[in-house]
Amino acid sequence: MSVVFYVLAALTVAGALAAVLLKNTVHCALALTVAFAGLALLFLNLDAQFAGFAQILVYIGAVAILVVFAILLTKGSETPRDGVFSRTWLVGLVIAAGVFAVLSWAVINSVRVLPHETAVPQVTVLQIGNALVGRYVLPLEIVAVLLTAAMIGAVIVAMHEKVGHEKEGQK
Amino acid sequence: MTPLTGYLLVAALLFSIGLAGALVRRNAILVLIGIELMLNAANLNLIAFWRYGPHPELLTGMIFAIFSIAVAAAEAAVGLGLVIQIHRHAKTTDIDQMNRMKG
Repeated sequence: MSVVFYVLAALTVAGALAAVLLKNTVHCALALTVAFAGLALLFLNLDAQFAGFAQILVYIGAVAILVVFAILLTKGSETPRDGVFSRTWLVGLVIAAGVFAVLSWAVINSVRVLPHETAVPQVTVLQIGNALVGRYVLPLEIVAVLLTAAMIGAVIVAMHEKVGHEKEGQK
Repeated sequence: MTPLTGYLLVAALLFSIGLAGALVRRNAILVLIGIELMLNAANLNLIAFWRYGPHPELLTGMIFAIFSIAVAAAEAAVGLGLVIQIHRHAKTTDIDQMNRMKG
């Protein structure tokens, strides 16, 4: 375990904690970006360059911007009067702590069967491209259809129903 | 502690933080942020198992993570579109107040 890993893990976990705990929603979105960047750096640290850069492009470039747009469009940056946490926050916290306890217990108990340090895999982007259009071409096509459907669906769901409003205005 | 254990523990911690965020926050956008954190924790697990698993040259975990990133992007777009539409309809993003099936 290298120092780099500990620094990146601390950065990622701190960003995630801040994203969940901060009161101002815009600050939460910024902390979420820090967590995404930490994860991308962890991917790079795992010698997965392509996944790391895809993470930066998709999450920091698109998802974080979408979240900021949604916050600004819903005036979500105003802190509500009765606190940012739900009435049943204690139950949620207990469930999350229980899930973490079970997961970490399983991981620590399976240390003996998990593989140890292995050689760095030599993977080029050419190999990933060949795999995507060769062995994984059907999932690639399905993801393309899914992304198109999601884009059209998001536009339709979030679209103003201008016709209906005009009719109401005429009445 | 092997390197894989460290990554798995970080991913478990991220997943729990995301779950706590999704269960505890009132704002629907923050619930979506928690779900994104959980998806990212799963991606970290996939990449870590790809890196330390027996056949990294087959690229299975890496391709799985890339598809998972694409699906998460679609989920975020639809989810945030829904939140915007609900805000337009109910004038709130507080999920404690979204307790009716009818508008």
